[in-house]
Amino acid sequence: MSAASETRQLPREHYLNAEYGWRSWLFTIDHKRIAILYLASITVAFFIGGAYATAIRLELVTPPGDLVLSESYNKLFTMHGIYMIFFFLIPSIPATLGNFLIPLMIGAKDLAFPRINLLSWYLYVIGLLFVLYSTAHGGLDTGWTFYTPYSTQFSHTAVNSAAVGIFIAGFSSILTGLNFIVTIHKMRAPGLTWFRLPLFVWAHYATSIIQILGTPVVAVTILLVALERIFHFGFFDPNRGGDPILFQHLFWFYSHPAVYIMILPSMGVVSELVTCFSRKKVFGYNFIAASSLAIAVIGFLVWGHHMFITGQSVYAGMVFSALSFLVAIPSAIKVFNWTATLYRGSVSWQTPMLYAFGFIGLFTIGGLTGLFLATLGMDVHVTDTYFVVAHFHYIMVGGAIMGYLGGLHYWWPKITGRLYQEWWARVSAVLIFAGFNLTFLPQFVLGYLGMPRRYHYYPDEFQVLNVMSSAGASILAIGYVLPMIYLAWSMRYGAIASSNPFDATGLEWRTPSPPPTHNFPGTPVVEEEVYDYASPRKEALLV
Amino acid sequence: MSEAHSTPLQHHFTSLEQQKDAATLGMWAFLVQEVLFFGGMFTAYTVYRNQHYSVFEACSHHLDWKLGAFNTAVLIGSSLTMALAVHAAALGKGRAAALWLAATIGLGSIFLGVKVVEYHEKWEHQLIPGLRWGPAEEVGPALHLSGADVDRAQLYFSLYFGMTGLHALHMIIGIPILAWLAWRAWAGHFTTEYSTPVEMTGLYWHFVDIVWIFLFPLLYLIGHH
Amino acid sequence: MSSGGSHHVVSVWAYLGVFLALMAFTGITVWAAGQDFGVYNTAVAVGIAVAKATMVVLIFMHVKWGTKLTQLFVVAGVVFLLILIAITMSDYISRPWPIMQ
Repeated sequence: MSAASETRQLPREHYLNAEYGWRSWLFTIDHKRIAILYLASITVAFFIGGAYATAIRLELVTPPGDLVLSESYNKLFTMHGIYMIFFFLIPSIPATLGNFLIPLMIGAKDLAFPRINLLSWYLYVIGLLFVLYSTAHGGLDTGWTFYTPYSTQFSHTAVNSAAVGIFIAGFSSILTGLNFIVTIHKMRAPGLTWFRLPLFVWAHYATSIIQILGTPVVAVTILLVALERIFHFGFFDPNRGGDPILFQHLFWFYSHPAVYIMILPSMGVVSELVTCFSRKKVFGYNFIAASSLAIAVIGFLVWGHHMFITGQSVYAGMVFSALSFLVAIPSAIKVFNWTATLYRGSVSWQTPMLYAFGFIGLFTIGGLTGLFLATLGMDVHVTDTYFVVAHFHYIMVGGAIMGYLGGLHYWWPKITGRLYQEWWARVSAVLIFAGFNLTFLPQFVLGYLGMPRRYHYYPDEFQVLNVMSSAGASILAIGYVLPMIYLAWSMRYGAIASSNPFDATGLEWRTPSPPPTHNFPGTPVVEEEVYDYASPRKEALLV
Repeated sequence: MSEAHSTPLQHHFTSLEQQKDAATLGMWAFLVQEVLFFGGMFTAYTVYRNQHYSVFEACSHHLDWKLGAFNTAVLIGSSLTMALAVHAAALGKGRAAALWLAATIGLGSIFLGVKVVEYHEKWEHQLIPGLRWGPAEEVGPALHLSGADVDRAQLYFSLYFGMTGLHALHMIIGIPILAWLAWRAWAGHFTTEYSTPVEMTGLYWHFVDIVWIFLFPLLYLIGHH
Repeated sequence: MSSGGSHHVVSVWAYLGVFLALMAFTGITVWAAGQDFGVYNTAVAVGIAVAKATMVVLIFMHVKWGTKLTQLFVVAGVVFLLILIAITMSDYISRPWPIMQ
């Protein structure tokens, strides 16, 4: 039976209706259900983080600090950062789409360690609860970076519980990475060689490397901060010969590569989208795959560019500056290869592809402004200004979230078995793109003109640009709320999806939508090359 | 990595061999993570050791290297018994494996007992930064330090407690797992085909031993020349 | 997909040999700590520890008979630890000013 002649009805039994009741969810070891648990929890974190962003943009509509006190404003941007980075962006694509799709894409029944997969969701939730506890006790004001000695000696806010929460959530991330690495190595279907793997899987492999090598360092560093706060040990205390800059070294050893934990999975999604909606094999498969690994490795050599003005030695600053430029090479390789894939492709403008186009453009802007910041002299001028804020939001929101939403739409019919409404989806994709640029493009100008970040008042001449930014943020907010509504609506009322609604290649499209609990009727055998859009699609493996 | 239950082959693997390969690789990935976890503290140690060279040497004198050497021997011995437990379990000799595991628990407990004695001694001498740190006029002469160096001594002892404490915590987590494995080995759960949990826990235990192999010279033996 | 190597059963004598070597090296490291090698004091101590750790990893942890992939993981862990320490130290040794005096 070919995909086209399938009757449009949901399979009789699939992973969503295999069992019912809260126990069947909270004790599930099915990677697809755990992905749904993650999807729900990170959406909560995203909207909490978004609420803080809304408050920040509201405050910045007017020059004087008239909405909140300075102390409260410090907490707003800190909590915004903590929720968005540790509880939304880092787990976003790996824990939801990666969790759901990696076993499907490699023809496995589950991840290698299903119970550890569930454990990592529980660790995430426990970590989130600690941070919610911290929020309930007024939040903290250290910035998401926990810089010492402010965080260890001077801040009287709820730092301890947040530190413990991030420590625990870190192990959730480590265990996810561990699971992916073992799964990709050991669970691939017969015939699925490394160079037949979807680029999404390659990107997650690279991400997992960072999760395993980087996250433990930030975990122990946050632990040292907690020990210094709770027991008054003295790891970073200048009065006892400690060096606060050492904290920054240890922190950024993870937290710079963490940016690649956010962006690499998005790049993986975009690679899938670009090739599917160009109806053409991706250009330069080997280069895109290898550049993911290159980004993961080079990402560990550049952390000092966050510390150019801290008192780090000038020599180290120069070396970090030079090394930082290297990251541009694999990033550019990806962008050029995606563009080359489009060339003479039969490009269609469906919603996931709109997000992919958004990603490519915005990531390029974010990446190129990153080169400004990697330049030692330029960085001294714009450090701690809105230029930096705009730059990393182009990467994390314009890049990572665009990829996340693109992927969520692309695989939504696979996850739920139903189609979302294309018109609404296109409207919100356009709103997000427009709102995003209106929010963050003015911030490059503000930063270049010298507006520092993390202040809630500013000179009058900056008001026009700040109002533009806040106006953009409200469009962006609508753009983010819309998918919540129409995606939730589609779960019940959406048209039934076929097993392969986008006529895409890849094993995940050859199993019913939604897939059965064990993914495939037997163990699939892979004989075709990757992204073989020139040949007719392989028929579905029906249960 | 307690990925096993009464029927050793789990549904999502095609063979016991695949299952074991996955467990081994997973355990090694976990240990790589552990290397970097301890690595943060070793980095802090390296930086501060170089900055406060003489202070660290003076503080190191205060640790009892004989207790440290004794504990090193105990822990190496426990690695041997652990290796023999893995060996016995792989040959399907459940009772022998259980006994070797019990020996490992015994040696691990001796190590922790000595650690308690050492920590208690630091408590008595008021050498615990933050919690119980004596006045400079007492700590200074005890460590043969003066002036700002007395404060810097807290850096050494913070690292001492941080690193040995984290190491001891790993042993405290390991011992109940060993006890559970000993019970399972005695009950005959492990065969020549399936002894993965013992082998994986063995890897963990050897890793903890390796951490101590570095901690001993770096904390106890600097400045003896 | 598999190694064959992971099923290697090592002789008990190999374990005993490594145990005795580790004990001997512990003695050597205590002895070496009493000697003055000048700037190489730490290097000697760490060198002996690396030798001991290598024995544990290769024999007790079976990496000698393990897959190439396992060996790669071990090397990767060590290399990235060295990256962390070396690049951090490159800042400290090149600062023209004392840190906290």
